[in-house]
Amino acid sequence: MAGAVSALFLLDIKGRVLVWRDYRGDVSAVQAERFFTKLIEKEGDPDSHDPVVYDNGVTYMFIQHNNVFLMTAARQNCNAASILLFLHRLRDVFKHYFEELEEESLRDNFVVVYELLDEMMDFGYPQYTEAKILSEFIKTDAYRMEVTQRPPMAVTNAVSWRSEGIKYKKNEVFLDVVESVNILVNSNGQIIRSDVVGALKMRTYLSGMPECKLGLNDRVLLEAQGRSTKGKAIDLDDIKFHQCVRLARFENDRTISFIPPDGSFDLMTYRLSTQVKPLIWVEAQVERHSRSRIELTVKARSQFKERSTATSVEIELPVPSDATNPNVRTSMGSAAYAPENDALVWKIKSFPGGKEYMLRAEFTLPSITAEESTPEKKAPIRVKFEIPYFTVSGIQVRYLKIIEKSGYQALPWVRYITTAGEYELRLM
Amino acid sequence: MSGHDSKYFSTTKKGEIPELKEELNSQYKDKKKDAVKKVIAAMTVGKDVSSLFTDVVNCMQTENLELKKLVYLYLINYAKSQPDLAILAVNTFVKDSQDPNPLIRALAVRTMGCIRVDKITEYLCDPLQRCLKDDDPYVRKTAAICVAKLYDINAELVEDRGFLDTLKDLISDNNPMVVANAVAALAEIQETSTRPIFEITSHTLSKLLTALNECTEWGQVFILDALSRYKAADAREAENIVERVTPRLQHANCAVVLSAVKMILQQMELITSTDVVRNLCKKMAPPLVTLLSAEPEIQYVALRNINLIVQKRPTILAHEIKVFFCKYNDPIYVKMEKLEIMIKLASDRNIDQVLLEFKEYATEVDVDFVRKAVRAIGRCAIKLERAAERCISVLLELIKIKVNYVVQEAIIVIKDIFRRYPNTYESIIATLCESLDTLDEPEAKASMIWIIGEYAERIDNADELLESFLESFPEEPAMVVLNNATVETDNPDLRDRAYIYWRLLSTDPEAAKDVVLAEKPVISDDSNNLDSSLLDELLSNIATLSSVYHKPPEAFVSRAKSASAKPDDDEPPLPILLPSSTGQGLQISAQLVRRDGQVFYSLLFENNSQMLLDGFMIQFNKNTFGLAAAGPLQVPPLQPGSTARILLPMITFQNISPGAPNTLLQVAVKDNQQPVWYFNDKISLHVFFSEDGRMERANFLETWKSLPDSNEVSKDLPAAVIHGVDAAIEHLAAANVFFVAKRRNADKELLYMSAKGPSGVPFLIELTAAVSVPGVKCAVKTPSPELAPLFFDAMETLLK
Repeated sequence: MAGAVSALFLLDIKGRVLVWRDYRGDVSAVQAERFFTKLIEKEGDPDSHDPVVYDNGVTYMFIQHNNVFLMTAARQNCNAASILLFLHRLRDVFKHYFEELEEESLRDNFVVVYELLDEMMDFGYPQYTEAKILSEFIKTDAYRMEVTQRPPMAVTNAVSWRSEGIKYKKNEVFLDVVESVNILVNSNGQIIRSDVVGALKMRTYLSGMPECKLGLNDRVLLEAQGRSTKGKAIDLDDIKFHQCVRLARFENDRTISFIPPDGSFDLMTYRLSTQVKPLIWVEAQVERHSRSRIELTVKARSQFKERSTATSVEIELPVPSDATNPNVRTSMGSAAYAPENDALVWKIKSFPGGKEYMLRAEFTLPSITAEESTPEKKAPIRVKFEIPYFTVSGIQVRYLKIIEKSGYQALPWVRYITTAGEYELRLM
Repeated sequence: MSGHDSKYFSTTKKGEIPELKEELNSQYKDKKKDAVKKVIAAMTVGKDVSSLFTDVVNCMQTENLELKKLVYLYLINYAKSQPDLAILAVNTFVKDSQDPNPLIRALAVRTMGCIRVDKITEYLCDPLQRCLKDDDPYVRKTAAICVAKLYDINAELVEDRGFLDTLKDLISDNNPMVVANAVAALAEIQETSTRPIFEITSHTLSKLLTALNECTEWGQVFILDALSRYKAADAREAENIVERVTPRLQHANCAVVLSAVKMILQQMELITSTDVVRNLCKKMAPPLVTLLSAEPEIQYVALRNINLIVQKRPTILAHEIKVFFCKYNDPIYVKMEKLEIMIKLASDRNIDQVLLEFKEYATEVDVDFVRKAVRAIGRCAIKLERAAERCISVLLELIKIKVNYVVQEAIIVIKDIFRRYPNTYESIIATLCESLDTLDEPEAKASMIWIIGEYAERIDNADELLESFLESFPEEPAMVVLNNATVETDNPDLRDRAYIYWRLLSTDPEAAKDVVLAEKPVISDDSNNLDSSLLDELLSNIATLSSVYHKPPEAFVSRAKSASAKPDDDEPPLPILLPSSTGQGLQISAQLVRRDGQVFYSLLFENNSQMLLDGFMIQFNKNTFGLAAAGPLQVPPLQPGSTARILLPMITFQNISPGAPNTLLQVAVKDNQQPVWYFNDKISLHVFFSEDGRMERANFLETWKSLPDSNEVSKDLPAAVIHGVDAAIEHLAAANVFFVAKRRNADKELLYMSAKGPSGVPFLIELTAAVSVPGVKCAVKTPSPELAPLFFDAMETLLK
């Protein structure tokens, strides 16, 4: 079951090698480059764009970021999930180091890039990907010192994500509960899928090695403790924890206990697949007077309690690519035509609960059309919004206990917000 | 924190190498370091800076860690080409492996393992021995991996020095990272060895499961993957294991989750209690669904795996079909995989909703996706008898949209539905006939003709409709017409007509061939299409490439041996290309060979002169396939009377000679003592035949048809002979010429085969021969007919 990659390549947008690290001496950079440039040339062929491709005994796996491809070449049956995820982590580490990951920043820092590739992967096996700890002993020029460093304890410790000896004057924790609502409504107005993906995003500024314990209104836990759960407890479908959380402990008694990394990270994510009422409902009527004009009548309704208010609402309405001369009226907010996306974007800064707003638009269509009727691109209506101080799931942080041997008091700050994730309503 | 290293790339002046040489030898530290950076920059852009070897190695003894790392990097790249000089570095390596700073100790042992030069490996043993027992876990974890490196270069050495036992001891190390790397190294070594090296006992198992809680996410993957080989003794042990692994399903790292799923599925095989199994299925569903919120590339891997999992345990995701509905912005490769899973999960309960989705997809813009969506409707009709009618009505609605490729695809799937449910849905034929004139793809036409033929008595104007197809006969691909002809019909008039065309076509061997190959496939629900033993093997490989390709690992794994690989002793002698009479005592025999998916130049040097010969180098002139050496030639110094066998890895399309393809390979070899020797070799095309050249029948037919007749060339190979059909097939398969179909015609055997040549050019082959009679007629159809003469040469060599 073992398997390692043979080499790791960083390629430019045309597929040429910028930097590569040979881990096992059994693949050729020339061959990889030739294969990959050909693959990119073939654009438009969907099969060639699978992130895992085979050529002449070698498997290439790649991801793209800006104008850079990160790619591995392997001759063995390696763990594809692990390697692709590793490429994403590598991207994150580069971003941490160079702020922007692009061709230029890789060239500008090729020495550090080589050092990182050497440290993060050995003989084609992923080793270590914690950007914060890596930057304690692999530094860019400006921060480099002549003193020889040692590997931070964290690299091999069970607590591999946090260094010892961190000090803050004021010990604080910020906890953001962010829920994003994904919804797909078909052209009959039926909700065909809806789910909520939540994340507990933490920013910790804590000294030492703090032991944290987080309490949520988790039904399973509360029931196990024999407390009443009337109305307030919630069921979380699938919970995923950052590696700092003790999973075996959670499995045993649902306690979320951990020593957090320093700075920001996602402590946990969860999913809720119970059907929720769409928070913002959009209905669009499209009247197409062929070869002259097209009329859109759009109603947007907020379906949450009046005490909450959605902000930064953006409703993207698809329009035919050959439409011109927009004429738009709205009962609230403003609308802008974005021909580059074939869309009309309706923005409403503040959208309180229980309200309904209208938009009417008219576009001119060309009088001549191509004879071959090719199908129109059928983009859905897409909606973006944020609702602060509100969660769909009703999740609540009951407590966050922080215990450190120096005995300091730390303040947790908790915020809740709901946003639109993949929020799509197909046109009728 | 941006650097400014790009300035090091900018020196491209003529005298660069001497200039760098001078700077490398500078007494100023900064200048030296800058020079090394320039060298590495040059190396990065692919310039050959190997001539600076000595000067760079001289910078190795430094306190500066950054500089040291750069020099090490240089060594990894060039030590192979300067094996003798590489010895210079050994002292520093050995010294560094005892440095007080653990970073440097680890760096030294890590780098030494990457230098794949035999002489260095011997010196690596002592430092490695020490580092495996180092006080610092960082050094131990690096040393653990280094054992696997050494094993890859020289397995014997590892076993002789007892490193395997030390490595096994590391499984009990108190540091989780060391344990994880030791597991990875042992698992890899086990993979290449036939002897049991890494046996997981219940004791190791329990130790590793404990380590699981403490090691990094990557280490958890190593351990879970290694443990999935473990066979529990009984159901109780299996349940215990599962219990300890299930918490991993909550890990944020998708690879950890998938590897945990793999292990649970493996152990579930042993668990007899249906309650426990049901409970586990319930537990695995949410994490599998959550994988679909990951990055698209991971989603792709997850979907390929879920495809396998639902074939084995359909209940796991039976209620989750909605999560596989495509989102507008999903990349096309994700959409395609979601579609496959939707078909697999479609049931009488959810089919209405699924059909609505398919219908939606069938009106999108991406043609391939649309076609697949239409086919999906057909596959659901075949799979779910009770829903067939609804599927057909959706297809009819789609036909009415009159988008050309949707109509054609719909006709094709309707034909399959007709074959699955004969005499049930013929009422819709009239609607189909309306779109007759829009059909321009052979497969759609053939389907339509099949339908008309099959239901001829129910169509008033069947012969009229067929006539319209026959008019265009001369320019039709054979498949359309022949399908027409082979249709069984009760209409005598139609049959006569067909018979005439049949006879007409029988005189055309190519078309007749298509008749033979175009066997009617059995129409059945093919959505659960993997046979159970393959499925079980793939499931034991969850998360790996094997599970992504849906192929067993041996179908694609190619452990290319490094240049130091020794050729087998029982190989046939190589042809002598430079006789010692010409080479002043040096004799060279050589031949291109293919091994593990790679082309090598197999060379035998014999020194029959009176002096020591060394410093061998090789150069290839421009040739048709741009063959060139992938690395330097590594011939040890040759004492008088001694020989050396070398496998030189080759790359293709490096320096291509223009003009018509030919087989000439001009080679130049030089050494330090003699003039340059030139000799000619002949390239045999079959060394390029790749391992993935196998073609399915349908694909073979399609490709054959898509190529114009002018691309077909044939030749009699008088020296070739087939002694037995099966033996010939086996023999050719070993040379990557794959069997597709065969038939007999009088006393001749006809074999249809496929091969894939340089840069993926397919060869479709027909061999005609009488068994054991010399002389084989070889016909080949290929997009590159200019390669045919070379191809015939290769076939004749293979069939001699």
